[in-house]
Amino acid sequence: MEAHDLAAVWLTLKLASVVTLLLLVFGTPIAWWLARTRSRLKGTVGAIVALPLVLPPTVLGFYLLVMMGPNGPIGQMTQALGLGLLPFTFPGLVIASVFYSLPFVVQPIQNAFEAIGERPLEVAATLRASPWDAFWSVAVPLARPGFLSGAILGFAHTVGEFGIVLMIGGNIPGRTRVVSVQIYDHVEALEYTQAHWLAGGMVLFSFLVLLALYTFNPARKNMA
Amino acid sequence: MSGDIKARFRLARKDFTLDADLTLPGSGVTALFGHSGSGKTTCLRALAGLERASDGYVAIGDEVWQDESRSLFVPPHRRALGVVFQEASLFPHLSVRGNMEFGQKRASTATNGFALPEIAELLGIDHLLDRAPAQLSGGERQRVAIARALLAAPRILLMDEPLAALDLMRKLEILPYLERLHRELAIPVIYVSHSPDEVARLADHLVLLDEGRVVASGPLKQVLSRIDLPAAFADDAGVVIETKVAAHEADDLTRLEFPGGAIFVSRRGEPVGTLLRCRIHARDVSLALLPPLKTSILNCLDATVVDLAPTDIPGHVLVRLDLGGEPLLARITRRSADNLQIRPGLPIQAQIKSVALLG
Repeated sequence: MEAHDLAAVWLTLKLASVVTLLLLVFGTPIAWWLARTRSRLKGTVGAIVALPLVLPPTVLGFYLLVMMGPNGPIGQMTQALGLGLLPFTFPGLVIASVFYSLPFVVQPIQNAFEAIGERPLEVAATLRASPWDAFWSVAVPLARPGFLSGAILGFAHTVGEFGIVLMIGGNIPGRTRVVSVQIYDHVEALEYTQAHWLAGGMVLFSFLVLLALYTFNPARKNMA
Repeated sequence: MSGDIKARFRLARKDFTLDADLTLPGSGVTALFGHSGSGKTTCLRALAGLERASDGYVAIGDEVWQDESRSLFVPPHRRALGVVFQEASLFPHLSVRGNMEFGQKRASTATNGFALPEIAELLGIDHLLDRAPAQLSGGERQRVAIARALLAAPRILLMDEPLAALDLMRKLEILPYLERLHRELAIPVIYVSHSPDEVARLADHLVLLDEGRVVASGPLKQVLSRIDLPAAFADDAGVVIETKVAAHEADDLTRLEFPGGAIFVSRRGEPVGTLLRCRIHARDVSLALLPPLKTSILNCLDATVVDLAPTDIPGHVLVRLDLGGEPLLARITRRSADNLQIRPGLPIQAQIKSVALLG
């Protein structure tokens, strides 16, 4: 494998790790809210979270590009903060990927929270645990399988994205050129051997991820 | 009394309204008894703060937990109470010990009178502490749930049909522990049940609920001997008598004494002097004007008629009797009542066909 390929692999793993971490941080409160709210907004928010499941990545990428661009609201904000523009940067790629992989993390965690039901939290309350305490000491441990599924799916899905990377990240070696884009480049250049190495690696990686998911987490249900 | 529990709830649901106003003793076991849909569980949940009645007031002694007239509502985790639900609801990710310590760690240390080893011993679970909840039987799980609630240093213990999800053998396994708690605990217990036997066995105070309303509330014996209660309770009508084992006789009978007389039952294992509660159903008591001469019924007591009232069972009346201060109910046909000219003040013989021993 060449240096370019290794750089792409490294960048992909870095991107997927950062995105997964961010999704666990931001996805968990969303999942908790969706699992427990009686608000009429539940359907709307749930649908928005699930949109990336059905939208072509190019559509999502297009709107994010516009918003993060020099005239978009996010772009104007980042410029005002002296951060420059996000498209074609690693942070831009991270933000786009967070949106794109959101349902893959939120939905398993939401299902796990829903499966716990009301009772364990009521019991915790009668045992002096505040809602915040009960969330950490009861809900999170009981939803562990959901967190595991969400993390694995979010990571794997980010590793596998292509369209949105091209829209937002472009193809800058070492900064935004991830494995899936690198494979595309190799194929365009008729470098089938290199493409095989990376593509085969992706197949093996995806298989191992799913194997881990099904082996260690057999109770997982209602996966997105 | 300063430790009294005062609770008032008005709470409307789609097909059900709870409208209860209760003053309960600050010690002993109070049973909330009623059929399903009577509001007893809602009452308990409102006491715990798991439901918030729009119009409600709850105070345990001088501690006010809810007073909607000044928008005061203490959330459940700030109330010093313990709740035991119908299903044990142990935390599956914690060991038995971890479950028991969950509330103990969070309770303010100053108030706690219980130590884990003592409570574990009291409930017979000291050998299970390192197990996971999944490895326990249903009865063991429920005992751990009771221990867990007690270790959170409650001022009051609320139990929502803790035996209803268990089979008969498991119930019989747990009841002695509940009786032991009853004897050894200083805190009041509110016990929701639809089982007349459990109530008769455990309760000191009885609240009857029907369709979200309090039908009767008072000391167990007093409520059980009322003859004016609604139809729903009439078939189970009967009294509870506190007796003492007086003698084990040669022909395998045990004599139980109480202030109003003595009754004989099959030989019991308890030593002489033990207190035993027994329950006598109104349907098992018949009346005679003279002491019957040739009868197989052994338990025949001198009584006086107090009053009588119709029941929901066609052609029958409920007669309240006095056995030297102890109330007794008899359900007989109206025709017999007329034939015998049963009226208040009449001396009469009460023949008891069967006695249920509780304990």
